Amino acid sequence: MSRQLDIALTVNGERVSERVEPRLNLVDFLRDTLGLTGSHVGCEHGVCGACTVRVNGTIVRGCLMLAVQCDGARVETIEGVSDSGAIADLQEAFTRRNALQCGYCTPGMLLTAQELLARGGLPTREEIREHISGNYCRCTGYHAIVDAIEAVAQQRNGSKA
Amino acid sequence: MKIVADTPSPLTALDRPNSYIGRAVPRPNLGRLTQGRAQFVSDVTLPRMAHVAYLRSPHAHARIVAIGKSKAEHAKGVIAVVTGADLAKVITPWVGVLSHLKGIKSAPQHAIAVERACWAGEAVCAVVARTRAEAEDACELIDVAYEELPAVTDPETALDPQTPVIHPELGDNLTFERTLDAGEVDKALASSDAVIETTFLFGRHTGVCNEPRAVVADWNAGEERLTVYHGTQAPHMMMNLFAKHLDLEEHQVRVVTRDVGGSFGIKVHTYADEMATVALSKLLRRPVKFVADRIESFVSDIHARDHRVHAKIGVKKDGTITAFVIDDLTGIGPYSVYPRTSGIEANQVVNLTGGPYACPNYRARARVVFQNKNVMCQYRAVGHPIATAVTEGLVDLAANAIAMDPLDIRRKNLYPDDAYPATAASGLRFEKLSHHASLEKIADMMDYKALRAEQERLRKRGIYRGIGFASFIEVTNPSAAFYGVGGARISSQDGATVRLDATGAVFIHSGVTEQGQGAEAVLAQCVASAFGVPIERVRVVTGDTDNVPYGGGTWASRAAGIGGEAAWQAGKALRQNVLAAAASILQAQADALDIVGGIVVDKGTTRERITLDEVARICYFRPDTLPPGFQAELMVTRHYVPRAWPFAFTNGIQASHLEVDTETGFITLLRHWCVEDCGTVINPQLVDEQIRGGIVQGLGAALFEHCLYDERGQMLNGNMADYLVPMAVEMPDMEVGHVVSPTADSELGAKGAGEAGTAGAPACVMNAINDALRPLGAKPLTEMPFTPGRVLAALGRV
Repeated sequence: MSRQLDIALTVNGERVSERVEPRLNLVDFLRDTLGLTGSHVGCEHGVCGACTVRVNGTIVRGCLMLAVQCDGARVETIEGVSDSGAIADLQEAFTRRNALQCGYCTPGMLLTAQELLARGGLPTREEIREHISGNYCRCTGYHAIVDAIEAVAQQRNGSKA
Repeated sequence: MKIVADTPSPLTALDRPNSYIGRAVPRPNLGRLTQGRAQFVSDVTLPRMAHVAYLRSPHAHARIVAIGKSKAEHAKGVIAVVTGADLAKVITPWVGVLSHLKGIKSAPQHAIAVERACWAGEAVCAVVARTRAEAEDACELIDVAYEELPAVTDPETALDPQTPVIHPELGDNLTFERTLDAGEVDKALASSDAVIETTFLFGRHTGVCNEPRAVVADWNAGEERLTVYHGTQAPHMMMNLFAKHLDLEEHQVRVVTRDVGGSFGIKVHTYADEMATVALSKLLRRPVKFVADRIESFVSDIHARDHRVHAKIGVKKDGTITAFVIDDLTGIGPYSVYPRTSGIEANQVVNLTGGPYACPNYRARARVVFQNKNVMCQYRAVGHPIATAVTEGLVDLAANAIAMDPLDIRRKNLYPDDAYPATAASGLRFEKLSHHASLEKIADMMDYKALRAEQERLRKRGIYRGIGFASFIEVTNPSAAFYGVGGARISSQDGATVRLDATGAVFIHSGVTEQGQGAEAVLAQCVASAFGVPIERVRVVTGDTDNVPYGGGTWASRAAGIGGEAAWQAGKALRQNVLAAAASILQAQADALDIVGGIVVDKGTTRERITLDEVARICYFRPDTLPPGFQAELMVTRHYVPRAWPFAFTNGIQASHLEVDTETGFITLLRHWCVEDCGTVINPQLVDEQIRGGIVQGLGAALFEHCLYDERGQMLNGNMADYLVPMAVEMPDMEVGHVVSPTADSELGAKGAGEAGTAGAPACVMNAINDALRPLGAKPLTEMPFTPGRVLAALGRV
């Protein structure tokens, strides 16, 4: 077993200092060390996207990044993004459209969708599908998710006009 | 903006004022799921909780000669290293048979393998440690000496005399066999103008739930009670099994099921590693957590399908189908899965093949054999995708043989919509189906004629598009005929308890469970409508065997049709009780009052007489002011089980439009349609999303999903990089339509909708591919999944 390392970072705006094993991945750190269980573990090899979180403003796979790589970083999870209200319209659209069933993929799906929507403009359904194609949903068949993201793109675009 | 309009269904009988039946009411539990505030089993932590990791057999079949534990026992963080023999002292083995599947046999299965491992992935030793990582580290230090045994992997040779028998005490590798011979098949085939014969192959695939299987077991020695936090579809069934095999009374066991990250039939079975985890908690007298990782999910979650069906159809020139004949063979791993058995899927294939068609001549044989691969059992739409693909594949081949349009041959042979009640050649009884109305509706939705014209035009430019159909029937709302009559303690009835609380809100406790399909929304809709309160005032409680009525849970599309009816009846009963209390307070006649929008009114008016919170306040806090002898009963329970029909059959039809790239073999799905008839539609949005989600699971089976094994029984693609699942970019938009034929077996008239999408999607994709390639003279594709390689092979290009 290798030596533990100290890391300091901000998670959802809170300063966090912990001593971790070098092998601990980011999503296990968030879930098991910090109790932020909104980020989920689906495949543990970077395919399913259930562990999607934001590091320094960019979405990453929490299972493909080590906690020690986040020393000094700014990490945001579904809990923080929800509390800030930044994706309230997207969450509302997912709810109205029933764009989730079991909900296990949803936190990662929302963060991925938000990244696309934050670019602005009106993505086509094909572009939406392409953008979320690294996030696995077994329940919905994706149609409702595409609908919800498309609806929010239209709303946000309309409100800017 | 594509958000579904909140429109009422054609329903009228249930139109109480402010009824929520037929409306797209949002689900009450979505806030926690969208905000990362849900509680899945994998999120549960308890004081003193330990983690278990299982060392799994690398061999498909091997004798366990010795297990060296000592290095692992001394590893950092390790609490215990436990073998199958150790654990057998606290948990008894089980045998997955049911008495109504005549002749089915299996061998005792242990929580952890004892003496012998029978598939690559079966747990042979457990390590319990402070963390999962430490438990996995210690697994690497266990020294197991194996003596490899011959592996039986090919179902085709499993019954040959020279093939080793996996469980010698059973005599052979045959798990179950069923035969059926209805009508006069030979005579019918002889009188046919064409007889078409082919073989259909279905790849083994699995559920790939986004949240892997998970269990936290907490044996509290102080109160001699076991609490199991379990991602299961059937909490009461599991309560019974935990008690039975751990030598406990049922009342000593509580199963708690909160949020479940996908189930689809995967989480309705007894898994050896989950049973072992519960036993370890009892052995070690502390909470133990097990969460399958993705790799072990692939080799231990049940697999499904893997059927080889030789099939035959006879047809006359006028399009009359004369007979169906099938011979099904399926390999189910080394054990029949407990307690539902692994004979059900093949049994369903026999039941359902030919089911939409009024053809009296039908012969079937199904054989289920043991093999040294992971176990197979019931996964979403059990047997339906196979029966539908065989039936609809044959019907299209027959249509082609007599140069008839695929819709016309269906119009000619589907049970007429006025033929009900009807009994199929297989013996299934249909109360009311709507095959023809569904077919005409889908032809209209997709503009069939225009698509055919476009197909013709594009072919001239070398673009090959196909249109495929699949009519289907679906088993829902099962009575005791499914499992209860076979001796399994799996409840077909379900209960609902509703209670008026002290502020006028209503609680409902139900025996069905929420797996994401929206059962809690449906229960709230039923209670709010029957009782008469705004839906925001209904709180739904499910998934806790200490606190909900005894019930079956969620499987076989039963939650809305059975659990919903119980909730509806309970809501009505509570309304009567509350009106009796209100009448007593108001000195009025109860039958002259009603509850509308949460207020007691004069019946037929909106004139307010008393609010519910005032009724509740008086009944709970000032019962002394009520007339002598009157006792308010503000909590009632009702149960429901279908009695008139063993199953509520539904029906529908799907259509696929796709394009085949004849250079690469790649298939692009362009559009998909489904018209289905699940009776009364309680929540149109939830029904449509069940259909869409189900379709995509069927599309995965048709195009991508396949558990690949080598001849030694090793799974070759047990991870999500190599086992392909449908992702957003490959999937089409899907249009869903409805025909409504309510069942008269319940007041609501609702049937199930969970299997329909998966039942029909693979068949219509297969027919669409073959439709696309027909002008090129390709051999019809009948082996799923339809990979680019298989498409190119059919075209003779590889």
